[in-house]
Amino acid sequence: MSSITTREAPRGFSTSEYMTCLTGIVWREGLRFLHQRERFVSALVRPLVWLFIFAAGFRQVLGISIIPPYETYILYEVYIAPGLMAMIQLFNGMQSSLSMVYDREMGNMRTLLVSPLPRGFLLFCKLLAGTAVSLLQVYAFLLIAWFWDITPPPSGYLTVLPALILSGLMLGSLGMLISSGIKQLENFAGVMNFVIFPMFFASSALYPLWRVQEGSPYLYYLCEANPFTHAVELIRFALYGQVNWISLAVVATCTIVFMIGAILAYDPSRGLARRGPAGGEG
Amino acid sequence: MTSPAPIADQRETQRPDPAAVPALSIDGVSHSYGPRRALLDVSFNVQPASFTALLGLNGAGKSTLFSLITRLFGIQSGRVGIFGHDVGKSPGEALRLLGVVFQPRTLDLDLSLTQNLLYHAALHGISRRDAAARSAELLGRIGLTERAGSKVRDLSGGQMRRLEIARALLHRPQLLLLDEPTVGLDVKARADIISHVRQLVTEQGIGVLWATHLFDEIMPGDDLVVLHQGKVLAQGPMSRVITEAGAQDVNTAFMRLTGAQTMPGGGG
Repeated sequence: MSSITTREAPRGFSTSEYMTCLTGIVWREGLRFLHQRERFVSALVRPLVWLFIFAAGFRQVLGISIIPPYETYILYEVYIAPGLMAMIQLFNGMQSSLSMVYDREMGNMRTLLVSPLPRGFLLFCKLLAGTAVSLLQVYAFLLIAWFWDITPPPSGYLTVLPALILSGLMLGSLGMLISSGIKQLENFAGVMNFVIFPMFFASSALYPLWRVQEGSPYLYYLCEANPFTHAVELIRFALYGQVNWISLAVVATCTIVFMIGAILAYDPSRGLARRGPAGGEG
Repeated sequence: MTSPAPIADQRETQRPDPAAVPALSIDGVSHSYGPRRALLDVSFNVQPASFTALLGLNGAGKSTLFSLITRLFGIQSGRVGIFGHDVGKSPGEALRLLGVVFQPRTLDLDLSLTQNLLYHAALHGISRRDAAARSAELLGRIGLTERAGSKVRDLSGGQMRRLEIARALLHRPQLLLLDEPTVGLDVKARADIISHVRQLVTEQGIGVLWATHLFDEIMPGDDLVVLHQGKVLAQGPMSRVITEAGAQDVNTAFMRLTGAQTMPGGGG
């Protein structure tokens, strides 16, 4: 009848199509982030409050002995800086997944999901985009922290980048995995309290684990088993041009597991299906 | 455009050609949400260069069907094909040929019109330069060129819909799905959108599936699929559906078929 009835045979997708899609998703996520100035400010204020107030108060209480990767005695502020960098990423990962739940409820997620590219790839792009946004936040934080005498070696700013990408992906996919288990937006805050705070406090972000071990061996094991601890240590070592291999292995494994889990568990019908029976969807 | 030769004049004679691959084929599709059946053995086709109205009340299963066609939901049973590509088996090839306008608005309100279009183009792997040219062209066609840089938030409801249609056409699909696209729009905006979409059918040979519960959006010559409580009650050219229902007009035909007692909510 017409040429449209004889469409060409399936041709798959070229690498440049994948790349266009990836950059498009990252670009859009970046734009959205820049439009949400409050989000940027709060993402920065949170770690800075910890740095300026909490660390200042605790520097007298908590003595830090010389532990790798540090070669001298360090101020408490310097110790917690990597933990705060990871915290930025933790919050950002959860926030991105929150926005995915929001997008899902609002319908924006549909725009993404009707792309002809494989769904797993789309979700991976979404994770990378969230990680890119977290990098902006972390480097802004490092800039301010530099004026606060947190001055890692200049090369550290570069060597920490791969660590940040990996930890950003891990925390982002953890957030996505959690969000796929959440049926409604309202449930999100509760879950956050059960995830963010325990992960952050039961880690090496605020205190070295040997001190934790002195206090409670059980808590120590818990901290050791916490992937967030390893994200913090990976970042801490990378910031000083070193690799913590155990942490790298843990973070890499967790990233893969969380990511596969998140992609498999992602079900766009959730939320929509709920509303279906109510008749609203038609 | 990749559109085929003009087929505007074939509208009267383009009844299903057995050799032609339908733009959309729904074949024995059923779907349930837990114990509740939303669709039961739904089958129909949309031909290229045709306007098919999917007529049903709220809750008839229209949106569920759209979610299945766009692979938002997994297909539980049956088959959905877009120009012969199985949505379940080769979604990439199928979705490439499909443009969708969902019922809820799905634009990024804080981004500009152009940014929204570029984002969509990227999702389809269209290179930036190509995408910019196509966006400009489509914005011109919907008369929003001067607004290209404004935020979508500042547009009227009708303008947003037009933008969504332009966006759905960006990757040059051959099948366009619209889920109650005129809901909440004023008379003028509705008329604009309807005539725009009908133009796409006649001028570009796009197959359109238009879900609605507003009878006055249907015209003689359209194909009709009447969906009620998840089942297809009637389908075919509008005149045939009306005759077979023993009615004079679509409204009465629909009432007879569905046994509806009252005018559908807000029906026009």
